[in-house]
Amino acid sequence: MTAAGCGAPEQGTTLPANVDPGKEVVLTGTVSAGGQPVGGAFVRLLDASGEFTAEVVSSEQGDFRFFAAPGAWTVRALHRTGTGETQVTADGPGLHQLQVAVA
Amino acid sequence: MSRENVLVSAQWAEDNLDTPGVVFVEVDEDTSAYDGGHIPGAVKVDWKTDLQDPVRRDFVDRAGFESLLSAKGIGNDDQVVLYGGNNNWFAAYAYWYFKLYGHDKVQLLDGGRKKWELDGRPLTKDQVSRPATAYKAQEQDLTLRAFRDEVVDAINTKNLVDVRSPDEFSGKLLAPAHLPQEQAQRAGHIPSAINVPWSKAANEDGTFRSDAELTEIYGEAGLDGSKATIAYCRIGERSSHTWFVLRELLGHGDVKNYDGSWTEYGSLVGVPVELGTGKD
Repeated sequence: MTAAGCGAPEQGTTLPANVDPGKEVVLTGTVSAGGQPVGGAFVRLLDASGEFTAEVVSSEQGDFRFFAAPGAWTVRALHRTGTGETQVTADGPGLHQLQVAVA
Repeated sequence: MSRENVLVSAQWAEDNLDTPGVVFVEVDEDTSAYDGGHIPGAVKVDWKTDLQDPVRRDFVDRAGFESLLSAKGIGNDDQVVLYGGNNNWFAAYAYWYFKLYGHDKVQLLDGGRKKWELDGRPLTKDQVSRPATAYKAQEQDLTLRAFRDEVVDAINTKNLVDVRSPDEFSGKLLAPAHLPQEQAQRAGHIPSAINVPWSKAANEDGTFRSDAELTEIYGEAGLDGSKATIAYCRIGERSSHTWFVLRELLGHGDVKNYDGSWTEYGSLVGVPVELGTGKD
């Protein structure tokens, strides 16, 4: 058993101390509606074939974060007020900033 | 097994919040979700502190399960409706666990917290307390639980269903993509396992797909309905979700959950490990 299971790690823009963005592909960003951050949205990471990979709940500030691998990804957000998605291609390790608007 | 016996809809749940004998239980790994707002009247169970042994890698024993349910005010005759975050992963794990200890009247809330929230249904921060009971559990039903030796013996013999994401199955990732990838054990999967990610069984809103869709998904993936099946993932909670689908929704007879899963198997010395898609 590791300290972090499969639950919902805290979402935020500050990376955990044990994460090295020089080695990992980190996809991070904010869910918004009409320019305002949307907390409590279900943010889904889909791979290049559209297959579900992971899901987190956005923080009160609308923040989310995924640890992925190089490749093309879709980030899709669901909220009771609407849905939205954005695409990103990560060529290698590093921090990728994303914005997802729901409507 | 009919779907109505093992699943309730969000609408049924909202209509039965005050029904005597129905107890709603939220199960999460991170109980801050419950504390921030839960279904009215629901009690909380913490997947880690309530259901896992604090020292050994195992879950609480029969006496521990009895004292947990007694303290939560759940009686042997109560109809327990489980729900949680993460598309009901931990709720499905708890469901498996209730069955393991012989509680028959247990159901999952279809879609869990996600569907409830997306529907805009009521959540409350009210404290919930129920009078304590004297719950009696059965011995573990080991026809539902697989251990490592049985898993090794099942290679090329039984259906092994790896329900992790394709990248975890192939060995590209060691953990789901919302978690840091720091684990040290070997990556890959158990030889002869088929990869059917748990998420195939769920709609976007967290509800289960229809029986017809589910039958097609596992059939196309090569699951042989005439054989026994063992499901596994990384720590045994996503595979509880698939165990629920195969045994409780589709009615397959001999389905076990391997709760040791990849964090155990991928650390064993001397067992075979396969990399890649398994189809090469």
